[in-house]
Amino acid sequence: MNLAEFLGMGGYAVYVWPSFGLTLILLIHNVRAARRYHASAREQAMRRIDSSRKQP
Amino acid sequence: MNWTWFHKLASPPHFYRLAGRMTPWFGWPAFLLIAVGLYGGLVLAPPDYQQGDAFRIVYVHAPSAWMSMFVYATMATASAIGLVWRIKLAHAVAAAAAPIGAWFAFAALTTGSLWGKPMWGTWWVWDARLTSELILLFLYLGFIALRASIDDRGRADRACAVLAIVGVINLPIIHYSVNWWNTLHQGSTVTKFDKPSMPFDMLWPLLAMLLGFTLYFGAVLLTRLRGEVIRRERDASWLREELAR
Repeated sequence: MNLAEFLGMGGYAVYVWPSFGLTLILLIHNVRAARRYHASAREQAMRRIDSSRKQP
Repeated sequence: MNWTWFHKLASPPHFYRLAGRMTPWFGWPAFLLIAVGLYGGLVLAPPDYQQGDAFRIVYVHAPSAWMSMFVYATMATASAIGLVWRIKLAHAVAAAAAPIGAWFAFAALTTGSLWGKPMWGTWWVWDARLTSELILLFLYLGFIALRASIDDRGRADRACAVLAIVGVINLPIIHYSVNWWNTLHQGSTVTKFDKPSMPFDMLWPLLAMLLGFTLYFGAVLLTRLRGEVIRRERDASWLREELAR
């Protein structure tokens, strides 16, 4: 099997590749969004602790 | 039965640290399984005798659809535990799972549409399988919107838990819709009581993807949960110690 044949997907390339592309983008997005959610929670909590130290 | 392990697990500081340690144990096997499943599904599996290469969409469509239901079941179970035993961590699990499940439902619908066009000649039909999956997406979005609209966290937890539990009725409807109603959607391939109607060289990449997606959900859920726990415990003394490290 050559590369052009593989990419052509037997004539269904316009359906197969967007399906895989979209799913992979969503998988990556979920990981990044979860990490951002955790990191922003940490930052907010740290800021809260810092400000409570300044004003006892 | 001794329940101390459970109370220890549900204690926020212990859970926060445990979740951090557990994440790579879900994440890396998930990454490997999905990579192997993609190679198997796109390269090694032979084209289908009826659908040609278009059938390969199954390798992203079926795992997404499976996850959209699995995540919902997780969310509803956690909600029920949270309501009955008043465990805050259980509500946190439900809150953390919702956006992940919503994206899986979206992926299942979109890849299904991309598969339906060449096979059925249409992007969308209002039949039982497709409509019930769309309702699942709306249940997720409703859950997220309801949570965002109630300021008091305890009330938001309880209201969302009731919504999640009521919505469980949709899961058997999605699963059995292809048997109960006439539909364009094909019947079950893997979860049948007799042997799966797929040859092994097509089946194993699908099973790798299903397991990979499930473990992936575990890793993403744990990461989100850590953020959720911090937000809920922002004034707790253990958090000061934890963040100071």
